[in-house]
Amino acid sequence: MNFGDLVKRSEEEKRPLHEVILEEEYEELGVPVELTRKGAAKILRAIIREGARNFGKKQKTLTGMTGMNAWKMKNYKQKLISEFNRMAMISALSFAESNAAMGRIVACPTAGACGVMSGIVYALWKKDENFDKLLDSFIVAGGIGDVISKKATLAGAEGGCQAEIGSGAAMAAAMLTYYYTGDGEKCAHAAAIALKSLMGLVCDPVGGFVEVPCVKRNATAVNIAIASSEMAMAGIESVIPFDEVVEAMGKVGRALPESLRETGKGGIAATPTAKRILKGLKL
Amino acid sequence: MAILDVLGPVMVGPSSSHTLGALRIARFAYKFSGGIPEKVKFTLHGSFAETHKGHGTDKALLAGILGMRADDERIKDAYKIADKLGVEYEFAQDDLGDVHPNTVLIETWKGGKSYNVMGSSIGGGEIRIVRIRDVECDIDWEYNTLVLVMKDKPGAMAGILKRITKNIANLYMRRVNAAENRAIGIIEIDENLPKEDLKRVGECDYVYELFYIPRD
Repeated sequence: MNFGDLVKRSEEEKRPLHEVILEEEYEELGVPVELTRKGAAKILRAIIREGARNFGKKQKTLTGMTGMNAWKMKNYKQKLISEFNRMAMISALSFAESNAAMGRIVACPTAGACGVMSGIVYALWKKDENFDKLLDSFIVAGGIGDVISKKATLAGAEGGCQAEIGSGAAMAAAMLTYYYTGDGEKCAHAAAIALKSLMGLVCDPVGGFVEVPCVKRNATAVNIAIASSEMAMAGIESVIPFDEVVEAMGKVGRALPESLRETGKGGIAATPTAKRILKGLKL
Repeated sequence: MAILDVLGPVMVGPSSSHTLGALRIARFAYKFSGGIPEKVKFTLHGSFAETHKGHGTDKALLAGILGMRADDERIKDAYKIADKLGVEYEFAQDDLGDVHPNTVLIETWKGGKSYNVMGSSIGGGEIRIVRIRDVECDIDWEYNTLVLVMKDKPGAMAGILKRITKNIANLYMRRVNAAENRAIGIIEIDENLPKEDLKRVGECDYVYELFYIPRD
C-alpha cells in the first residue's frame, strides 16, 4: 500500500483522508470501519488518561540510569520554544519515563518511542479538547505508521532508532498537519520531512535498556515533528515523496550493522562512560 | 499489521519484546495450567537470560503466570503478589537449543499435575508458542487454541473434528508415545468455541485431557 495512493483516492473521491484509510483497512483485512474507529478511540482515550496521570511526575526508571527529566522540564520556564512544544515535551518525557519505570503506556508505534505521538496527542488535547477532530488525525497517523510497517519496519532491532523514533515523528507530523489543515498531501510532505530528518538514526541503548538515550530522544523528536508540520503547512514540499523516503529508510536500516540495532553494543552504548555505568549497575 | 497494532497496544513498559511478549507467553501458560499454579519455574534463554532484570522480563513473566493483563500496573509488584498468594517461583538460565533469542520455558505444577510451555517473543509484542507439553508447534495465539491429549487410534481425530462446530484455522497432531498409543492434538479456531462443543469433545473416550486457551 502506498500512502500516495490513499491521498490520491481521497482527492478523487472527495472524501476525507481518515475515511479512506479506514475504508482501506476494511478492504485489506475485513475489519469493519466502525470497529477500527472504536478501537482507535479507545487507544486515544488511554493516551489522554495516562498523559494526565503522569504529566511532569517524578519517576524512577528500572535501572535508575535516568529519570526525573519530565519533572525538571515542568519546573522550568522555557526561553525559546512555544507553550505547545513545552507541553508536548513534558508529556513525551513523562510517557518515556513511565515506560522505563514499568508504568502503563501506549506503544504508538512502539514502547521505546511511545513519547513522541503520545506527547503531541496530549498537547493537542490540552489545547482544544476536541476529541473527534483529534481522533480523525490520530487515524491518519495510524495510516502513516501502517505504511512504514509494511514497506520498511517499526522495530529498532531491524531498522535502528529511525524506525522507532523516526516513525513516531513522521506519524506525529502527519497528525498535526491533518489536525490543522485536513490536507492529505501536506500530511505526506510533513511525514516525509520528519522521517528524512531522522534518517540513519541508530538504536544504541546503554546496556540494551530502554532508558539512555531513548527517554530524551522522545522529547527532542517532538520538536522535529512540530517543525516538519509547520514547514509542510507553510507550503514547503518534500522533494522525495513519502513512500520513497520510507523505502529508503528500510534500506538504510538493513545496511546498519547489528551493533547499531538494539544490541547495546555500538554508538553511545559502547562509550567509556556507558561501560562504567553498566559496571556499577546493581540489578 | 493492522492500524490498531500500529497505534497501540496499551501496555506496561518498557519493551514490547522483553515485557509485553514475555507476559503474553506466561499468560498463555497460566490459561493452559487452568489458573494460577502452585509452583512455576522459568528457564530463560539468550537475550531473555542476559537482560531480563533491566527490562522487567522476570516481573512480566511472573505477572503473566498470575493471570495479569498487559496493561496492569501491578506487574512491577509481581514478586510481592506471588509471595502473598503463596506461589513458589524459580528463575533459571539455560541454553534451550536452536530457538529465537527471546525464548522462555515455563514449567508449572498445579493440583498434582505438571505442565510445560515454551514460547518466543519475536518482536512488537508478538509471540510464538513453540512447544506445549514437549510437542513442537507454532502458535501465535491469534486464535482460540484447543490442546488435546488423546489416544492414538484410527478415527480419533475425525471424531473430535466432527464435534467442533466452528471454523478451524490450523491443526497439528503428533504421536508422543507409541507404546502407550498417546498423541497430542492442537487445534486453532477462529471463533470462540461454545461450551457444548468442549463438553462433547471432552466426552470422547479417546480424549484423555483437554485444555482450551481462548485468545486475549
